[in-house]
Amino acid sequence: MRLVYVIPLVVFATVAAAFGVGLTLKPNVVPSALIDKPVPEFTLAGLPGDGVESGKGFSSADLTGRVSIVNVFASWCFPCRVEHPLLMRLARNPKVRIFGLNYKDRPEDARAWLKELGNPYDRIGADRDGRIAIDWGVYGVPETFIIDAEGRIRYKHVGPITPSDLDEIIVPIIERLSE
Amino acid sequence: MKAKHRTVVLAAILAVLALTSAPGDRALAVKPDEMLADAAMEARARAISKGLRCLVCQNQSIDDSNAELARDLRVLVRQRLKAGDSDEAVFRFVVDRYGDFVLLKPPMKPVTYILWFGPLLILLGAMATLVFFFIRRRGTRITASPALSEDDRRRLEALLGEDRDERGER
Repeated sequence: MRLVYVIPLVVFATVAAAFGVGLTLKPNVVPSALIDKPVPEFTLAGLPGDGVESGKGFSSADLTGRVSIVNVFASWCFPCRVEHPLLMRLARNPKVRIFGLNYKDRPEDARAWLKELGNPYDRIGADRDGRIAIDWGVYGVPETFIIDAEGRIRYKHVGPITPSDLDEIIVPIIERLSE
Repeated sequence: MKAKHRTVVLAAILAVLALTSAPGDRALAVKPDEMLADAAMEARARAISKGLRCLVCQNQSIDDSNAELARDLRVLVRQRLKAGDSDEAVFRFVVDRYGDFVLLKPPMKPVTYILWFGPLLILLGAMATLVFFFIRRRGTRITASPALSEDDRRRLEALLGEDRDERGER
């Protein structure tokens, strides 16, 4: 067979492979620009006047020393409700501390939400105007970051966490970073 | 006349469309309370916003988008400008947080070379293929037309003869 006849086949295979890969990508998930970078400098106040013990607020300094999770959530965010039980499960993992960044929420709504569903967070910071979230490159709720003991962002999950995300991606990363 | 009627109706439709979609008439995503008093700075802010992607809607710029995050970023762009940032510094500020994906015009750097030069490469490749194809074809025509042998001539005559018979020529 002459080589020329193979060319269309090769071109087709290349294009098909490129499209095939393209179809499996998630265009709504934008890779974070902050991976392997230190967490941005910030200080977040807690939920004011609350009965929630974890509502002390937190700052960048709190994210060093141990592996941490920063979970961006809001009471008005429906997918947050979906992933919430998994955060409750993760909260039982002694290797990680969970910080909640309460995004553009009213404190009373956030408190009611936590009361109803349970509180997986060790600390909660209220980002009323969403300005701190912009420093984190947040573009939707929920988003979840994994931070290593040196305070560097190592992984970002966009959208609600599913059970397989938790078991196959997030927990293994926490295990690896805790070694 | 029917055709005349149609023309009139068409003209009327076009006139209505032109009036309702005049640029000044379009609802602006940028709200008056976001705008800066300094007209020159506001113009810079608008130009920058047109180059920044709204990550919520992705195919709109933050200047076009009504998403809340787009609004926050528009306000932030104006804050940075007021604080004395250059246009490049504002772009860098946003890219540091959201990555190159926020730029509607991708930057020129090694990872984007294939994006910028890929189409040119494909064009050059296609042109080279064409040139190669034509040169080779011309080459074969020149070299591969030896005189017909006696055998060939007889076969040709026979075939042509058949053809003429079919068409009824003699």
